[in-house]
Amino acid sequence: MPDDFNWAIGGEAGDGIDSTGKIFAQALSRAGRHVYTSKDFASRIRGGYTAYKIRTSTERIESVVDRLDVLIALTQRTVDENLEELHDGSVIIYDGERTEMEDFEAPEGTTGLDVPLTRLAKEAGGEIMRNVVALGAACEVTTFPIEHLDSSLEKRFGGKGESIVENNRTAARLGRDYVREEYSDDFGYDLDTTEEDYVLLNGDEAIGMGAIAAGCTFYAGYPITPATDVMTYLTGRIDRFGGHVIQAEDELSAINMALGAARAGARSMTATSGPGIDLMTETFGLVATSETPLVIVDVMRSGPSTGMPTKQEQGDLNMLLYGGHGEVPRFVVAPTTVAECFHKTVEAFNLAEKYQTPVFLVADLSLAVTEQTVSPDEFDMDAIEIDRGKVVNESGIDEWLDEEGRFTPHANTDDGVSPRALPGTIGGAHMSTGLEHDELGRRTESTEVRIEQVEKRQRKVESAEREEDWTPREFGDPEADTLVISWGSTEGPAREAMEFLDEDVRFISVPYVFPRPDLSEAIDDAENVIVVECNATGQFADLIEHDALVRVDRINKYDGVRFKADELAAEIRETLRPATGSSTEVTAE
Amino acid sequence: MSSEVRFTDFKSDKQPTWCPGCGDFGTMNGMMKALANTGNHPDETFIVAGIGCSGKIGTYMHSYALHGVHGRALPVGTGVKLANPDLEVMVAGGDGDGYSIGAGHFVHAVRRNVDMTYVVMDNRIYGLTKGQFSPTSREDFETSTSPDGTMMAPVNPLALALAAGATFIAQSFSSDALRHAEIIEEAIEHDGFGFVNVYSPCVTFNDVDTYDYFRDSLVDLQEEGHDPTDDDAAKEIILDADREYQGVIYQDEDSVPYSERHGLDENMANVPDGAPDGAMDLVREFY
Ligand SMILES: Cc1ncc(C[n+]2csc(CCOP(=O)(O)OP(=O)(O)O)c2C)c(N)n1
Ligand code: SF4
Ligand SMILES: [Mg+2]
Repeated sequence: MPDDFNWAIGGEAGDGIDSTGKIFAQALSRAGRHVYTSKDFASRIRGGYTAYKIRTSTERIESVVDRLDVLIALTQRTVDENLEELHDGSVIIYDGERTEMEDFEAPEGTTGLDVPLTRLAKEAGGEIMRNVVALGAACEVTTFPIEHLDSSLEKRFGGKGESIVENNRTAARLGRDYVREEYSDDFGYDLDTTEEDYVLLNGDEAIGMGAIAAGCTFYAGYPITPATDVMTYLTGRIDRFGGHVIQAEDELSAINMALGAARAGARSMTATSGPGIDLMTETFGLVATSETPLVIVDVMRSGPSTGMPTKQEQGDLNMLLYGGHGEVPRFVVAPTTVAECFHKTVEAFNLAEKYQTPVFLVADLSLAVTEQTVSPDEFDMDAIEIDRGKVVNESGIDEWLDEEGRFTPHANTDDGVSPRALPGTIGGAHMSTGLEHDELGRRTESTEVRIEQVEKRQRKVESAEREEDWTPREFGDPEADTLVISWGSTEGPAREAMEFLDEDVRFISVPYVFPRPDLSEAIDDAENVIVVECNATGQFADLIEHDALVRVDRINKYDGVRFKADELAAEIRETLRPATGSSTEVTAE
Repeated sequence: MSSEVRFTDFKSDKQPTWCPGCGDFGTMNGMMKALANTGNHPDETFIVAGIGCSGKIGTYMHSYALHGVHGRALPVGTGVKLANPDLEVMVAGGDGDGYSIGAGHFVHAVRRNVDMTYVVMDNRIYGLTKGQFSPTSREDFETSTSPDGTMMAPVNPLALALAAGATFIAQSFSSDALRHAEIIEEAIEHDGFGFVNVYSPCVTFNDVDTYDYFRDSLVDLQEEGHDPTDDDAAKEIILDADREYQGVIYQDEDSVPYSERHGLDENMANVPDGAPDGAMDLVREFY
């Protein structure tokens, strides 16, 4: 398990927690350390408790753990909320002059450092820099070279002028020096630096960047946590590449705008979260029957209804697989890491255009708000391949005319994929519709044509199953008796949980929910099969049981918090302990 | 090529199944004429049709077209036009499609002022579902779902458009073929969102808002010498509940369409073979 260090800053929403946390995360990243961040937050803009947490190591990190080494607490509540994560050796930095810290039952060995953050910030030029003073103090506690913090401050405040940057540097030094002078202890933390180069980004940003890399130029959306960052990332950036972001009046409109742009020939996308997916559902069938390539992103959060908007869940799986009346051919792709959010977005666009179907890209809150370090080489723009599928130009149209010279946008082909003439292509004018239609796109209720078109659309999925690579990601020991399976973002914690376990585990992380890899063989080979996911009913486990015709063990989490590696390891141990040696029993969650 | 386009080029070979005498025939003919007269070509025209008897228009006309989900035609049209500004985009649907299930989109489409034409075939009834009241039905109109009348004031679509900041508001009557086509033509030529409410009588389910009724009550604004750039006069006409008007009621000559405001003039259908030039800069931003 990585030699890790866990840090957090917490206070009230509106205290600048996020931006301060990000500055420290960036400093660590620039120092060549891996970073994995998470946020505790309430959706209120001001007043609620919020925290930005960083787990850092010189090795790669894939999850959070239940442990805090250094905590900057701007409020009493920050300490209360994190009591269980503190341990012998933890350090709490707080401002005794500003915040009354009542007695708290901190574990033995916890050190409290009372640092006059506000006073020192004023000394440096303004109270607003109090969090930066705390960062300086944290540098001292962790013997982390303050120069890396400088470079991150420069990035954050450079646009506001050199004097602002300078004041912040001073503030950080005042914090560092205060700790140095007042507390001469060695806290036992030593944050090494390396020569590695990393970039730091979250899943929403990776999806946005993936979209631009894939040539997406049209995005329509309606703000919703935790998908909004996709939209704000693209705003202003996609424009540089000839694209446009439009804020729709609701999600009914957003998906239809995106559909319109896709019909016009743009690579087009919309992103939302559960409540927005509900609204968009009415258009899923139209996207499918009009055979329009469209990427629809669902960044899941806790449901049902408004649920817990700022909490984690993988609860929309069934909705994405089955949402929409009638039978809607589609693909469902679930990126498993922040970097994969980028790659799977590019893949989603190619799938959408090759097979002229809706493609659901399903991420979740834990990916969306996690900032993770990634080697920039993982985003190799030269390696991006664009496949537009069967787009026909003027000279290609002739091949696809019926005996009366009319273009056939829904031609009944072997692989199910029909030619696509983009508007403006001479000779290609045609109608597309949500009504059942013939090869010309004209309404029909003929039973033969109906059967032909249903089978044609279905054949596209079969072709894709055959033609595309749906291989899952595999970790651990392929010979192990215990097989752990997860989908989407649960990969990170599950991967790391293996390192906490004594027994060998084979771990399969599935990024393709539909179509999905056939895991029957791996399941047959294993003695214990455990499916891990962030929902209460085990939606993915149901699919696995259906595919392999066996019963599996399930680990489900639905408290709104993502899996943590250590906690998940304990649950896996617990599941294995009865050691029934059989994978045909369902253990109660 | 445009000089050779005739209005019949916009006609598909599918025979309309509208009831004989339905107002939608006239509405469609006027649209085809206006498209041809303004130099458009079916291969460079995109029609988005709503759901309803009116929405069948997408099938009977020849062009690139999408017949989508009930009430969502305007968002689709918006996406098409922004993605490819070279296309002539025309959205057409019923009064239920536009002012009931799609009312939210109507207001915002008006505000955005995307350069397209919106034709509402207003028969003051739900035709396709066989005769329920619509948002423009009169208060005392008795239908299968309003046996004692709707007991609600009808929506005034022109006033809705006005309140949302429309740059072009017009009304026509499908049976006045010449004027109807002229008015649609003006809407097409308008730089921005050209909105035309077209009285298209339903001969099967509406025995109140009939051809005779409109013929007798319509006042032609051109004959009246109305100046559409005169805001105050336009407001008065729009809010006049006692008379029916035909013509261009309001036009903002300084209208700047959405695409122009946002500098959108490229056809987004041109997608590069790999990641676009400069994509690596996006990665560097995350250092
Ligand atoms: C979501 C949804 N709800 C209801 C319907 C049924 N429906 C079809 S058309 C229509 C009303 C049509 O009225 P209008 O838009 O005025 O068109 P008209 O038929 O009068 O031309 C309704 C309610 C539907 N197709 N979709
Ligand atoms: S029902 Fe009315 S609107 Fe529908 S086709 Fe017949 S006349 Fe036209
Ligand atoms: Mg109607």
